[in-house]
Amino acid sequence: MSTDAAPDAPVADQSGGPIVELSGLSVGYRQRGRTTLAVEDVDLTIAAGETVAVVGESGSGKTTTANAVLGLLPSSGVITAGRIRIAGTDVTGAPDRVLRPFRGNVIGLVPQDPMVGLNPTMRIGGQIAEVVRRRGVDKRLVGAEVLEALERAGVDRPAVRARQYPDALSGGLRQRVLIAIAIAGHPRLIVADEPTSALDVTVQRRILDHLAGLVAETGTSLLIITHDLGVAADRADRVVVMQRGRIVEQGEPAAILLRPQEQYTRQLIAAAPALSHAGGVVPRFTDVTPAPEVLRLDGVGKDFRLPRTASGERTFRALDDVSLSVRAGQTLGLVGESGSGKTTALRIAMGLEKPTQGRVHLDGVDITDAGWSKLRPLRRRFQLVHQNPYSSLDPRFTVAQSIAEPLVSFRVGDRASRAARVRELLDQVALPAAFADRRPAELSGGQRQRVAIARALALEPELVFLDEPVSALDVSVQEQILTLLLRLQTDLGVGYLFISHDLAVVAQLAHHVAVLRAGRIVESGPAEKILTAPAEEHTRELLGAVPGQRFAADLAAAPAGAAPGTTR
Amino acid sequence: MPRYLAGRFAQALLVLWAAYTVTFIILNVLPSDPITLQLSAGGADISQLTPAQLHDLKAHYGLDDPIVVQYFHHLWGALHFDFGMSLTQNVSVGSLISDKLPSTVTLTAVAVAVMLVFGLGIAFLATYVQWGPARTLLARLPAVGVSLPQFFVGLLLIQVFSFSLTWLPATGTDGWRSLVLPSITLALPGAAMLAQLLTRSLGDTWQEPYIVTARAKGLSRWTIQVRHALRNASLPALTLLGVLVGYTVVNAVVVETVFSRNGIGQLAQQAVLGQDVPVVQAIVLIAAGLFVVVNLLVDLLYSLLDPRVARAGRAA
Amino acid sequence: MPDKILSPKSHHVPDRGPDLVAAPERRAAEARAAAAAGPPIAPVAVTTDLSAAGGVTVSTVAPAPAPGDAGAGGENRRRRDDLFAAAGPLLRRPGFVLAALFVAFVIVSGLVPSLFTSYKPSATSGSDKLKGPSLDHLFGTDELGRDLFSRVLHGSTLTIKATGGAVLIAIVAGLTIGVVAGFFGGWVDSVLMRIIDILLAIPMLLMALVIVTALGFGLLPIAIAVGVTITPTFARTTRAEVLRVKEQPYVEAARTGGASWGRVLLRHILPNSWGPVSVLAVLDFGTAVLVISSLSFLGFGTPPPAAEWGTLISNGRNFLITSPWLSLLPGLFVGLVVFSLNHIARTLEEIKR
Repeated sequence: MSTDAAPDAPVADQSGGPIVELSGLSVGYRQRGRTTLAVEDVDLTIAAGETVAVVGESGSGKTTTANAVLGLLPSSGVITAGRIRIAGTDVTGAPDRVLRPFRGNVIGLVPQDPMVGLNPTMRIGGQIAEVVRRRGVDKRLVGAEVLEALERAGVDRPAVRARQYPDALSGGLRQRVLIAIAIAGHPRLIVADEPTSALDVTVQRRILDHLAGLVAETGTSLLIITHDLGVAADRADRVVVMQRGRIVEQGEPAAILLRPQEQYTRQLIAAAPALSHAGGVVPRFTDVTPAPEVLRLDGVGKDFRLPRTASGERTFRALDDVSLSVRAGQTLGLVGESGSGKTTALRIAMGLEKPTQGRVHLDGVDITDAGWSKLRPLRRRFQLVHQNPYSSLDPRFTVAQSIAEPLVSFRVGDRASRAARVRELLDQVALPAAFADRRPAELSGGQRQRVAIARALALEPELVFLDEPVSALDVSVQEQILTLLLRLQTDLGVGYLFISHDLAVVAQLAHHVAVLRAGRIVESGPAEKILTAPAEEHTRELLGAVPGQRFAADLAAAPAGAAPGTTR
Repeated sequence: MPRYLAGRFAQALLVLWAAYTVTFIILNVLPSDPITLQLSAGGADISQLTPAQLHDLKAHYGLDDPIVVQYFHHLWGALHFDFGMSLTQNVSVGSLISDKLPSTVTLTAVAVAVMLVFGLGIAFLATYVQWGPARTLLARLPAVGVSLPQFFVGLLLIQVFSFSLTWLPATGTDGWRSLVLPSITLALPGAAMLAQLLTRSLGDTWQEPYIVTARAKGLSRWTIQVRHALRNASLPALTLLGVLVGYTVVNAVVVETVFSRNGIGQLAQQAVLGQDVPVVQAIVLIAAGLFVVVNLLVDLLYSLLDPRVARAGRAA
Repeated sequence: MPDKILSPKSHHVPDRGPDLVAAPERRAAEARAAAAAGPPIAPVAVTTDLSAAGGVTVSTVAPAPAPGDAGAGGENRRRRDDLFAAAGPLLRRPGFVLAALFVAFVIVSGLVPSLFTSYKPSATSGSDKLKGPSLDHLFGTDELGRDLFSRVLHGSTLTIKATGGAVLIAIVAGLTIGVVAGFFGGWVDSVLMRIIDILLAIPMLLMALVIVTALGFGLLPIAIAVGVTITPTFARTTRAEVLRVKEQPYVEAARTGGASWGRVLLRHILPNSWGPVSVLAVLDFGTAVLVISSLSFLGFGTPPPAAEWGTLISNGRNFLITSPWLSLLPGLFVGLVVFSLNHIARTLEEIKR
């Protein structure tokens, strides 16, 4: 309404004082009469022109902190202690009416997931114009300002984009539109809440760089909320580490990364591969002994039928002439960005999907055309661990029932021997035996993934397919699961086909690496060769996108900071 | 887009035909002895008839043909708006219906309008008002409307507004004053359902991340509700509009009986009581036709409101 | 009838099946669903991975029998524990408890009316004609001096029978159609869902009227008519749930673990689909009560002297000016029954979320 067009300019304090000041802030969420604290006693000041990164895992309170800064705490959120000051005004517990003038024009937001951050039924231009109008810009100039914002956010063909709806744009473009919305209000601070975690790594990097450039150019402050210490180290003037609602440690990136005071910070550093290896992605296995082949894909191709569209393309080639081989007791890392076809390759290898061309061999047996019943006996020899442990366990099954299910399906053993096997498997994945009677809802993500791994191992397979098994988990938990997978391979001699979008993760597990792009293998070979001396541009780009390298490189360049103590 | 619309139109005709066929099967094949059922409905006492008379009677109503022949005969007739003769009243079904249609159309049109206004209004306020008790009250109110039997509501309104306050007539079909109570009664359950659905849908929409984006722009709650939430939230409700309108229209059977209004609803009640098959069949066809038309309109509206559907529609 | 539209979020919306009536909605709903598959905004819970640690905080289960020992005793106890755990939050809601008590009262009084009233429903009394509600006659008396409260309770018997029959038909037919369509997919699914779509194009009450016309009047025809009319939504919800669960990774995990489709259906799909379907079943009781009382109000019910709720209300109309309670009190009673059933369904649904 009219109130939106004429903000009562709250920018009283242009004196260069801090834009945001949180002092002793505690925020809780009220649910069924009980208040659970999400943020406790947080002090945080953001000065003009400063870039601050808040780093933490899920549940660390970093998003709540960001919402407090924006004045956007949900209705169940209560400030139990402390104060929030924005541009010198105390807004602690202030109603919407008081907070509203600050939003957009003092503090802008770049939200987490670009796929859902834009109104699907409104044109891009209209969504940006709303912010422009809030600055009181003359009606006739709004259009031009919208285009300017789009252009500055790095959107190609702004005039065309402004008339499109969000669903016509890719994720990366949508994120740029959201950045355009944030800068169109000419704010003094931009809050970027995990701005790129939903995007592919290479896109991620470009967008973060662009945002950092914009901010530096205009002297705007930037608050980055992230789970990735590497992202923080590369771009921030100051890093704030949060854990369980409290600030554990804060300071300049160099100080935090080189001389971490807290155990938790050290753990995070260890989990960020580029940081722990002084800038590079270092393969764990450099010396690969020859081993017999368990699985081979020979020139596999897969076409998907497309729904009829105007463009006329009737099929979509998801895979094209892909050849892979997985060796006994070793790991093949299959790397690619979203849409590269890596999941399709895995499903074909598992016999869940039939290839359009090519053959699939398991232990020398051609299983390409095998039906379910013919494949069933072979299932004992290869098993799958899903990406998302939150949906791969039946919520009604106890842990023991889930783990024992493959044994029951194959009628292996009797009740007592199965129970014993479950105990043994729980022990192998380092879960206490008492977990056997829990249900998935009582477990954390990492614990669930351990159960899924135990289930995959129940039939003593030769080969386990790992479909991004750690991408849904927090970084420190990722580290634990990867370590577990390594140990299981050593102990049981099981082979892995490991799918991931993250070269840094692959480096920790893979003996061989294949890089997939747009359905084709770009490059494949021993992990050492691919990761340290890539021949292809795309591989180099993927390697370059691993966060934390810039910081490590800076460190290496500056002789004063060369402290070998950073690595483990 | 024209091709897409043509396709939807063809589908609509198909549904209409299928609905006709299903009711034909139920009405003519299901009863153990359809001929006896229909003849006795016509007032003939079968036991008194000689076989020859019976044969003549069957021939008169076209009941001596094989069922398939009857089906095509009736279908052909229906295509020409000829629904045959009523079994209980010695007039054509077509004239019976055209007599009573105007009053029912007026009643249901007013009722649908009332339903839309109240349904939208309550949902809008229930999600916009910030004062807790009012919010709760508005959110809970529709649950009562959905639960109360319509005839009870009608009788209650008559008791209060006609007998106690004597503001409005209790029965009858003439003048706008006789329309007030029936249309409110008829609209109530539909309005309550619409309000429940939209309240929930609006509530869900307010949780969407793009609403956070809009709030972060500094927009007022009003702007967000009107420009961002309402349009997105109305999409799922729109899908059910056809069902709700159909529901409202068919409940005219109950409401016209309660208020003794002379209309299609009352005709339907009497037709069922007298097991007057041709009349029931014709009324079903009218209702299904209405459902189909409303759904076509909903489709159009949908593609106007949701750019994604418009794009997909053009592509198809 | 219907609160069902808004219940288990989405039977109508994202899943209109292979369908004659509404292709664009489905597309849009799918588009919405796909677009909305993002994480919620404010993570509240503090989760940390305590994987290897023994010092884990969650402790709802007592040190249970040996892992995997799914002996009958353990299994039963587990179920009992679950039952208590599920009942806890329900019992803390006074509205739910009241609604459940009222429904229980109606059922018991319908089965054994003599527990709650000493009057015979057919006992006339010349001196007590058209008496208003009092302590002697809670709901007053009718034009023949019969106790209305007793007649309402005896009417419950008929309504419970008809409602039970109708919902039973809907559950059996709807579950079968829904599971078959959702589980087998392909042309079976297409054919079944097209039939369901056509049935849905005929509004519920009208469909019931058509069936009553064909079958005649009385308790059984009404039960069948209402059962058939609520079957389509039931089938559709079941199918949607089966399809949803079928796509879950844990089903794929069971399949790759070597489980047969039969086992997957019985152990994974059916138990996990049951939640929303059971909520709909409770809602359908309310719908059935409303439609059945409407039908008997219109005069298609059991012939006199037996009287369903709708018949009582219809009879009372003749005395509306002088004795409004004759219609209004039974009407209110029906409204309360339906409201209670809807409230129970909604609470169950909220708890499940």
